[in-house]
Amino acid sequence: MARMKFLCDADRCIECNACVTACKNENDVPWGINRRRVVTINDGKPGERSVSMACMHCTDAPCASVCPVDCFYTTADAVVLHSKDLCIGCGYCFYACPFGAPQYPKVGNFGSRGKMDKCTFCAGGPEADGSKEEYEKYGANRLAEGKLPLCAEMCSTKSLLAGDGDVIAQIYKERVSRRGYGSGAWGWQTAYREAIAT
Amino acid sequence: MSGVLAKYMTQIRFIAGAVALAFIISVATPVLAQQPSSVNPTASSVKEQQLLQELTRIQGRGSIPDAKSYVLEQPAGRDWRQWHEVTLRWIGGIAILGMLVLLVAFYLIRGQVKLESGFSGRKIVRFSAVERFVHWLTASCFVILAISGLNITFGRPLLLPLIGPSAFSIWSELAKYSHNFLSFPFTIGVVLIFLMWIGSNIPNGNDVEWVKRGGGIIGHDHPPAGHFNAGQKMIYWIVVLGGGASAVTGYLLLFPFYGTEIAGMQLSEIIHSVVAMLFIAAMLGHIYIGTIGMEGAFEAMGEGTVDVNWAREHHRLWLDDELARGTSSAAERSAAAARPAE
Repeated sequence: MARMKFLCDADRCIECNACVTACKNENDVPWGINRRRVVTINDGKPGERSVSMACMHCTDAPCASVCPVDCFYTTADAVVLHSKDLCIGCGYCFYACPFGAPQYPKVGNFGSRGKMDKCTFCAGGPEADGSKEEYEKYGANRLAEGKLPLCAEMCSTKSLLAGDGDVIAQIYKERVSRRGYGSGAWGWQTAYREAIAT
Repeated sequence: MSGVLAKYMTQIRFIAGAVALAFIISVATPVLAQQPSSVNPTASSVKEQQLLQELTRIQGRGSIPDAKSYVLEQPAGRDWRQWHEVTLRWIGGIAILGMLVLLVAFYLIRGQVKLESGFSGRKIVRFSAVERFVHWLTASCFVILAISGLNITFGRPLLLPLIGPSAFSIWSELAKYSHNFLSFPFTIGVVLIFLMWIGSNIPNGNDVEWVKRGGGIIGHDHPPAGHFNAGQKMIYWIVVLGGGASAVTGYLLLFPFYGTEIAGMQLSEIIHSVVAMLFIAAMLGHIYIGTIGMEGAFEAMGEGTVDVNWAREHHRLWLDDELARGTSSAAERSAAAARPAE
């Protein structure tokens, strides 16, 4: 089985935010929630870098570990998903997540959080693959259709890579050796406890 | 002659040419050295590893309105996870189970602290209706807050396997809402307790004596005490300070991103949970003494009156004051009237 990962080649990202838009559209993400976002470090200064970030589908995911109701599960492709039927919206996964992925629709009084929403690697949720219920709660299940996440599929500079970890790491390594530089796979050390040697 | 001159001229031209060439090379070399064959833009760019070593989190600028999404990475979440999954469970387990074991052992060894002089049948007012209302308002909220809070830390390993994921989720969501909403009456109760009893809870010389003699519960005599003895004053300050700390940190968590950001919320959760665990352990002790631990104690908060003999044994200075003031004579009379005729 594949071990699905995201890799953002920061030397290629042009901060066009098309991945953000594609994600929102493909998954019908509700207002106020962005499953993917682009963050620019040192904006406007020499050496600035933009990184597209979403849930990294961590190895031994912290969100799953701290969830008081155990609503997370990891698929055979190592995608970290959760059940909105079980989620109580306590906010603990957000405290634990190194990437700020979990978000909560504001429902009810004061700050009370609704059911958590995050990137699903375009792999839906616990409902039957491709069902209406699954789409309404979690968005598209492209993985079940044999497609990769749309954010990476339509990245104009092919900065954002999604797929089996070994394959995308190999693509990245070849790029780095051909062009002679690479700022590394952002977030990999934190999410997967490994870096790509370049 | 002309041949010799021409020969010289050729040599001069050759030398001049060599000098000129040497000059051009010497000028041109640094320029060539500044032009490498390929450009490495990463050499001057920000680097993840370097940023992670310098900062606890990596933050930048985004183009969506959600400002909290500008934090790219905060590996501190891993530390918080270790805290919540391991450290907190040990602290909570030791504090609460330890207190329960201690109380059971204490009950088995010491038993109920009896009223030595027996019940006189004469009663004196100890807590007014308002005081009792505030106490039970705070207490009932506290019990539900404690159970719903413990569920977040211990529910998943202890309760979830017993009742299954669906039932546990429904219960936990209900518990979450109770926890959120009951925090308001609880906070009001803590504030009222603070204002209502502050006058009788300032530590004084009697408390030193009381603690030295082990009070009425550990020691076997009855050191003099005012309206509240040193043990009760301790409970008072635990409620005021512990309740205040859990209220402040709790509201920071209840209103995410209003007062703090993610690091502040992680810290708030740590303070909130430690204070809560110790608070629960302390309240178990309070509940024990107020119920089965001491004969005649529950009536004080139950009906609002206590037996005069109980007051004499446990709060002699307070009883003397009350009798001197004569404020409770009416209550005594009514209690005396209720006694069977002799």
